[in-house]
This record gives sequence, C-alpha cells and structure tokens, in this order.
Amino acid sequence: MKSNVTKLLSTAAIAATISAGAAAATLDDVKAKGFVQCGVSTGVPGFSNADDKGNWSGIDVDACRATAAAIFGDGQKVKFTPLSAKERFTALQSGEIDVLARNTTWTYTRDASLGLDFTAVNFYDGQGFMVRKDLGVNSALELAGATVCTEQGTTTELNMADFFRKNKMSYVPVVVQKADEALAAYDSGRCDVYTTDKSGLAAHRTKLADPSAHVILPETISKEPLGPVVRHGDNQWKDIVTWAMFVQVNAEEMNITSKNVAKIKSETTDPGIKRLLGVEGDMGAQLGLPADWAYNVIAQVGNYGEVFERNVGPSTPVDLPRGLNALWTEAGGIMYAPPVR
Amino acid sequence: MSENTNPSNNSLLNDAGTRAMIFQIVLLAMVVFAGYYLFSNLQANLDNRGISTGFAFFNEPAGFPILIHLIEYTEANTYGRAFVVALINTFVISLLGIILSTVIGIVMGLARLSKNWLVARLATVYIETLRNIPLLLQMFFWYFAVLAALPAPRDSYEFADFLLNKRGIYSPNPITQDGFGLVIFGFFLSIAAAVGLIIWAKKRQTRTGLWFPAYWSSLGLIVGITFLFLAIAGFPIEFDLPQKSRFNVTGGMVLPPEFVAVLVALSTYTGAFIAEIVRAGILSVNWGQTEAARSLGLRDNLTQRLIVLPQALRVIIPPLTSQYLNLAKNSSLGAAIAYPELVAVVMGTTLNQTGQAIETIGLCMLVYGSLSLSISVFMNWYNNKMSLVER
Repeated sequence: MKSNVTKLLSTAAIAATISAGAAAATLDDVKAKGFVQCGVSTGVPGFSNADDKGNWSGIDVDACRATAAAIFGDGQKVKFTPLSAKERFTALQSGEIDVLARNTTWTYTRDASLGLDFTAVNFYDGQGFMVRKDLGVNSALELAGATVCTEQGTTTELNMADFFRKNKMSYVPVVVQKADEALAAYDSGRCDVYTTDKSGLAAHRTKLADPSAHVILPETISKEPLGPVVRHGDNQWKDIVTWAMFVQVNAEEMNITSKNVAKIKSETTDPGIKRLLGVEGDMGAQLGLPADWAYNVIAQVGNYGEVFERNVGPSTPVDLPRGLNALWTEAGGIMYAPPVR
Repeated sequence: MSENTNPSNNSLLNDAGTRAMIFQIVLLAMVVFAGYYLFSNLQANLDNRGISTGFAFFNEPAGFPILIHLIEYTEANTYGRAFVVALINTFVISLLGIILSTVIGIVMGLARLSKNWLVARLATVYIETLRNIPLLLQMFFWYFAVLAALPAPRDSYEFADFLLNKRGIYSPNPITQDGFGLVIFGFFLSIAAAVGLIIWAKKRQTRTGLWFPAYWSSLGLIVGITFLFLAIAGFPIEFDLPQKSRFNVTGGMVLPPEFVAVLVALSTYTGAFIAEIVRAGILSVNWGQTEAARSLGLRDNLTQRLIVLPQALRVIIPPLTSQYLNLAKNSSLGAAIAYPELVAVVMGTTLNQTGQAIETIGLCMLVYGSLSLSISVFMNWYNNKMSLVER
C-alpha cells in the first residue's frame, strides 16, 4: 500500500506545514534548492517513462525540462517523482512537488476546488476504446453488454459512465488501482474493452503481448486537454511554467529549432525574434528569469514540433498523428500560443 | 534533613500521588494543544490554498459505476450511497474471510498435529508457503492465474445451469413468486422446533444421562419442515438462467473473479497463521488431561471436544483476535485487483473526483478503526466467556 502511505504522509505534511508564505515564491524555493521537483506518471510511453538506466523522457518530462531550462539554463536540473493517478494532486497540494506534468486533464472541478491552477495545454487528447480485433467491433456504439477495464482515479471513469448512460447501453466496469494491472486484466481477457485517453491507448498498446491483435475504435468520447499543473496562488510560478510551453509553440511557428537557434540568435534582424531570444530588451526580468531563458528552452528542449516528433510522433513506437496538436496554421490543428512581446 | 521526614512540613508537591496527577494533566494538556495546533494549522493552510472542505460532496451524484453492489446502486446515486456500498463490500469480505480462515486454520492446525505422516507434511508445506509470501503477491497470483486458466465467455464451462468463465461464476438467480411468505414462515418454524429439540435433549441428558443426536436431527428437522412448506406452497420460485450473449453472460447471478480472488487470498493467508495458533493452543494443554479423560472412559473425539479444545481456546483466542484484525485491515489490498471495497471507492475514486483528501482519508481511518474495535470487543467478550470455565 505504498500509495496510501504516500498520501497519508502528504496529508500529514499539509497539516504540519507552517502557513506563513507557504503558498508563494515557489521560484525562490526552486532556485534555493537548485532543481525543479516534477511529478510524473509511473510510466506512460511517450509522455513520461523511464528507461532501464532511469532516464526519463516524454512530452510531460520535456515540460519539466523546459521549466528547468528557463530558470537555470540547464534542462537536466529536474528531479522526478513518479505518482499514481490518485496520488498526484495531494503531492502537489502538499508541496512535495513543484509542478505536476502527468498527462492530467484540465477540468472545471479540478481547477476550481483543488487549490490548483492549470497552465498551458501541451497535448489535446480525447478518450477512446481499445478492443480485440477478433471481436469484430467497429464502433463504440456496438459495445452494449461489454466488460470494460480502466484505471482508477481518472476522468476516464466518469466519461465511460456518461458515455454508456447517454447511449443507454449496459456494461460491467472493472476499475483497477494502477494502469499496468488494468492493462494486464484486459490482456488476460477479463475485459472486452480497455478505455483511457487515446494517446494512452496507443502508448499502452505497445506494452501488450501482441499489439497488432488490438484495435482502437474511431469514437472519441471526451475532450481531454492535458497540461502541467501548479499550486493556486503563486502567479509568478504559474506564468513561468505556462510561458516555457508557449515559447516552444511560438518557436515552431517561427521555424526556430534546437539546431538552428544559435545561428538565428546571432544573425537575425527580426525584432520579434530578437525579443524572444533575449538579444534585445530584458523580457526575462519580468518573470524573475535570465534574459536568455527562452533561448535556453529552445536550445535544450526544442520547439513543440520537435518535442512531439521525438516522443510520440510517427517515428516512435507510440506512433500518434499530429491531429489536433498541429499548429493552428496547419489544417486541423489548434495548438496556439499568445505572442511574446 | 529531619524536617523532610516531618509530615506537617510535607507540601503537596512532595506527595507521589499529586505529582503523578500533575504530570498527567501536563501531558494531557500538551496532547490537546498539539492536536489543536495541527487542526487549526490544517484549516488555515487549506483556506490559504483555496481547497474546499467539508462533507457536502456526499449529497452530490457520484457518476461512477461500482462493479459489486449488494444494495441498489447506479451512477446517478450519491457519493454517500457509494460510500455505503463500499462499506458493505468491506464488511462482507471481512466477515466471510474470518469465517473461512477460521475453518481452514482449524483443519490445517489439526492436520499438522496428525499422526498420519503425509497429512502432517502437507499441512506443514501449506502453512510455511502461504505464511511467507506477501499477501499482495498472493492476490495478484489468484487473480491473474485464475483469469489465465479460465475460458472466454463464449467457451464457458457448463455444469447444469451453471457457467464458469473469465468473467466469473454464473448461477441461476432464484426469483420468489407469490406464496413465498409461507415458506419463510415454515423456515422460522423449523428453527424454533430445532432449538426446542436441542434444549429438550440437553435437559434429558442432565436428568437421565442418555444421549441423543440433537444437532444432526435438528438439521434434518430444518431441511424437512422447510421443504414440506415449499411443497405445500407449490414451489413458488422461478429461476432466471444465465445465458451467453455477444460479449458476456447475461441473466443469472454472478460471482466476479475479483471477489473470489480476494476471498481466497485473504482466507488462505490468514488461515495459515490461524493453523499455527490452533496447533500452539492444543499443544499447550497438558497431556495428562487427555490421559485423565481416557481413564474416565471418554472416546477420542469427545476427549478433544470436551476436554482439550475448551482449554486450548483460552490460549488460542487472544492471538486469534489479532489475526481477525489483520484480515479486516488486509481486505483493503483488494483495491489492487479491482475489488470495490472502501479504499478503492472512497480513497480512490471519490478522493480523485472530489479532491477531498482529508475528509475521505479521515473517514476511512474512522471506519477501519471502528471495524477493528468492534472485532476486538466481540473477541474480548468471547475470551472472558471462555475463561470463566476455569475453576
């Protein structure tokens, strides 16, 4: 019961924290300890996953690295705390972590009642269903009477319930505490259907005994904007995490990549790019960051397109199309960031 | 120095009783203050961070499904009802686990003491294996091993109207028709008759020394009378039979694999500990007691039942109580394999949907605390009852 122990400790930590100034100045705390403590998943390929040497990679991991790069000029100054779905918010509330980047869906209740703030969306997702090919199911609307496996403590549980109720279909829910065991139960035939965010389905399918025997159904039954989360009330810290993400999107829009950023910085005559990379003016000071913070983010982590391709793009095992996550200037894309000026 | 020994000069501070009292008051004050400090600090911090508190969420619709519910429950019900459903699931698994583990424990404990070499060794292997493997691992074993071994719903094993597959054990669901009240009446009548028979047999034995097989005949009485009333009422029961459908089996009653896995894991694991406690209890009774009973002419099973076991129970009950407490608390591990008990539903889903960590965890602690205390109180009462036998 590691998870419960962690939660009890976190609860005790909330109770024991001395209230003065606890909610503010995360940036000062982070600078003082010299690294960003980042809450990630216990292993979702493409989002946050550790290899056999303990090196973390993924879109969410890169959100943490971008934050560290903006503050310290070094994207490696991050420590990771793997969290289950049900532990994650308590860990952030109690101050155990500085930022939560754990494929977490931005919802009204979470934003309004948990004492948390969502920053920017780093992946637009939606919930889907995965079934065995040999069942011959082509649509989620044919799932009446099916047994459905899912992980506990996520928006998935509610979306699934809403979907089946809305379509007046009966079903049997099997809700397992951890994603790996939920997947194992599905793989062993306990369930006909496995449901989670579509990106998660694609990622988890790579872990199954025979990935090609399973098919992801076309329906997307929910909106799941995923992004990093911080504690409510520390606006400076929220702005830093938010803009570390926005800078990556702006960089892609301006065709600045981790490879050409050094060249562009020295050669550019564009005042917008000069502002962004800290050649002119001191935009960083407004957030308590070095002048070249955006340059560091792009040089070390890359622009959003690079991050996407590296972690979940067609060349990776997860193999997700860009879809909604393409830039707003592309067809079908909605990834958009406010301008840096 | 002589002044100190003079009673008239002794102040209250030098009195041992008073001093002890003062220390206790100071300690109590410190505990109360620490509690108050933690609580007010918690309140202030929750306020500061904009985390809403309170149990208002209990009246809101839960929106999530629960696999096993013994009372009516749908997604439209409230978090409060989901809590009750989870509470019942925890109680049921604990109670069944306690009964089953006691049976397993007594059988295995006696088996280990058996003069039959094979039986004794098998019991030893069982006890040493199950006692020494972590319970969570055993739960995963029962869950995934059983799932892997069973067929898909389409290829279910069938016995009469029963179906067995990866989704559980399906049995016909009896649906009572008009006139079933008569059968219930007959059932209670038969119980009354059985109780009467047992009392009569005891009295007769005290009076005349003649023995009558009261327990077996009362069992016959209950079955016979109930069946008679069933026949008179014209068998007012219909069965809803399980049937295979596209994905699952529909109709009938189902025992899901999660329930079976948790129950088997809990009762075999705790049963292994209880077996050792039973063995220790029986060995603690002096051999002379058995010899004395034999010289009085008591048969072997009567010696065990009337002489050895009552004395062994005094040694057995206290450690047995802690095994029962362990079992009740260990039932929380069921969350790991999708058994919807308290930790899964309240500390898992409810906590995550509402974000009320302090309330939900506090509530769970309260429930487990009261469950354990109730078991303790009951077992202490039973222990006292058994100790009174000593003269």
